[in-house]
Amino acid sequence: MLEIKDLKVNIEDKEILSGINLKVKAGEVHAIMGPNGSGKSTLASALAGRDYFDITEGKILYEGKDLSELSPEDRAREGIFLGFQYPVEIPGVSMVNFLRTSLNSMREYRKQEALSAGDFLKLMREKKEVVEIDSDLTNRSVNEGFSGGEKKKNEIFQMALLEPKLAILDETDSGLDIDALRIVSNGVNNLRTPENATIIITHYQRLLDYIVPDYVHVLYKGRIVKSGDKSLAKELEEHGYDWIKQEVEAKV
Amino acid sequence: METLTTTDKYLDLFDEKQKEITQFDAGFVTKLREEAIASFRETGFPVRKEERYKYTHLEPVFDGELSFEFHPRDIRFDDQELFRCDVPMLDAEVLTVLNGFFHNPGGEALTQLENGIIYGSLKEAIKTHPGLVEKYLGKNAQTADESFVALNTAFSQDGIFLYVPKGAVMEKPIQIIHLLLSDKNQMVHHRNLFILEESAKAEVIICDHTLSPQMFLTNSVTEVYTGANANLDLLRLQNEHNNSCQVTNTWIKQERDSRCQHGTITLHGGMVRNNLRISMEGEGAETSALGLFLTDKMQHVDSYTVIEHHKPHCTSNQYYKGVLDDTSTGAFNGKIHVHPDAQQTEAFQTNNNILLTDTARMHTKPRLEIYADDVKCSHGATVGQLDTEALFYLQSRGIPKDESRLMLMDAFAWDVISKIQQMALVIRIKDLVGQRLRGELSRCNNCAMHCDE
Repeated sequence: MLEIKDLKVNIEDKEILSGINLKVKAGEVHAIMGPNGSGKSTLASALAGRDYFDITEGKILYEGKDLSELSPEDRAREGIFLGFQYPVEIPGVSMVNFLRTSLNSMREYRKQEALSAGDFLKLMREKKEVVEIDSDLTNRSVNEGFSGGEKKKNEIFQMALLEPKLAILDETDSGLDIDALRIVSNGVNNLRTPENATIIITHYQRLLDYIVPDYVHVLYKGRIVKSGDKSLAKELEEHGYDWIKQEVEAKV
Repeated sequence: METLTTTDKYLDLFDEKQKEITQFDAGFVTKLREEAIASFRETGFPVRKEERYKYTHLEPVFDGELSFEFHPRDIRFDDQELFRCDVPMLDAEVLTVLNGFFHNPGGEALTQLENGIIYGSLKEAIKTHPGLVEKYLGKNAQTADESFVALNTAFSQDGIFLYVPKGAVMEKPIQIIHLLLSDKNQMVHHRNLFILEESAKAEVIICDHTLSPQMFLTNSVTEVYTGANANLDLLRLQNEHNNSCQVTNTWIKQERDSRCQHGTITLHGGMVRNNLRISMEGEGAETSALGLFLTDKMQHVDSYTVIEHHKPHCTSNQYYKGVLDDTSTGAFNGKIHVHPDAQQTEAFQTNNNILLTDTARMHTKPRLEIYADDVKCSHGATVGQLDTEALFYLQSRGIPKDESRLMLMDAFAWDVISKIQQMALVIRIKDLVGQRLRGELSRCNNCAMHCDE
């Protein structure tokens, strides 16, 4: 589904990603862990199509297509979803209008008919149940006045509504209390199918108790320096990142 | 040949046409004109270096070749057929002003309701209710303070008069449609006078439109009195063509516990200057001033506001916003003046602007002059671009970039529109602004003249 080949990314002449290689197949859950400043969020942004940085080398292939040729909206319409670390507040844009425009834009891309207001509200109710979200979203602006937990739950709710093939969840666990964490993880687990894939970007192992990954990768100084299965996450939890850093330095 | 200054040109015009101008005047009106022209002679036409006209150079426009009618020309057109400035769900009393003259062929020039409310032609009101008009006309709008008020007072012939006596409520909103229609470039001065006595209530919507492609210069004055505990909503919708120039002067005087909301929505117009003066002269008065303009191409919109807090416990809120595209320009100059007596004043002002291109320009200047010590005042002004984070968020949900930008602009404008009190107007204006932002609103949408084509 996704193949990242030797990806190098600069922000204002500073190299942030220094050659990432990663393959993700349908049905898989990958966790990308790493200390602060290792380039995790930049990787997520590169996949979703932010343009404040330059891809200097390498390629991102998604279902065989070169992603650099697609706008952020077309990536989304092709099935890529980014769960934001900091969901943006947009005063004046109503949640319902936003979600409906979003969903219908996706449907138009897939040559499906737009959903009527009634059908859309019905779908919203269904999806709210799937992800166990009870916040009242009508009469509110996008993320405006939402608590930290509500914002993250809202991201998962959007994911449920848009049914992406590839979901990238950027630090979705940060700032969540244990109840919110459980709701968010249940949401992700409920949405998991053999046809879609998930990349979970996180600093802590905690989330991986709830969402069990097939692969764990450690990102450090813009490279994946270690890959393994879920036991790697446990090791990181017990020993921190220092031993990885030492291992990397020793090789140099 | 000696070149005339703009000031001389208008002084000469007054001298030359004085007989025609004052032909149907009541004595007190002629006196007002003479005082106004004396005052204009004193102050002259605002020059470029004058701070408050720094960004809006009106001299070249006023210097242009413009015809000027002192009597209504017989223009036949059925306004109902040709023009609809429609607000669905709004059952309004529609008054038409054509080239500055009240236009109601075959109908009454002035309507008087059972509860004493009077509305219609100002010219007619001067004739039939001279005492009432004399008490208010020219008492608020200061000729010495504003050259354009002086010019208007000297030259204007007609406009709309509205009188709501003590305790009366004007049930239907009054919709005034200012139409410009001519076969030559034309200057128009018209004058509105709205009087709301104690505890009176009214709602007025003013729509400014052009019906022919000629260059129009409008210099209008609207004088408003809201008596104690009176309640007025006044909204102006400007939608003239982009080869026109409009100077509006709105002077509102508020007595004790009165409430007034003034709004200006500018959709089209080549050069627009809106002067708004609100003077709160009784305790506990409350005022809000809304402004929203959307410009593109070479348009220019300049909002100049002065809010005077004379007495304690008054509240004023100003929300002004602009969205500027292409090489359009704008200015906001907003003053809050809290006089020494005006303790416990609450005065707020925000002016936020979005530039859609590198070539659009906005000048914003909030001014606070506070001479009382127990007050709450704040102001904030911003000039920026659309929020790129928000834009990316919308795009990342599959919404195309253009659509995402429009959603953000709609939201930006909504902040002002949502503060309008009358729901039918909120819906209509939201729709018009949305169309304008999408480039779908031609000012001629509602007009059968099609003078662009």
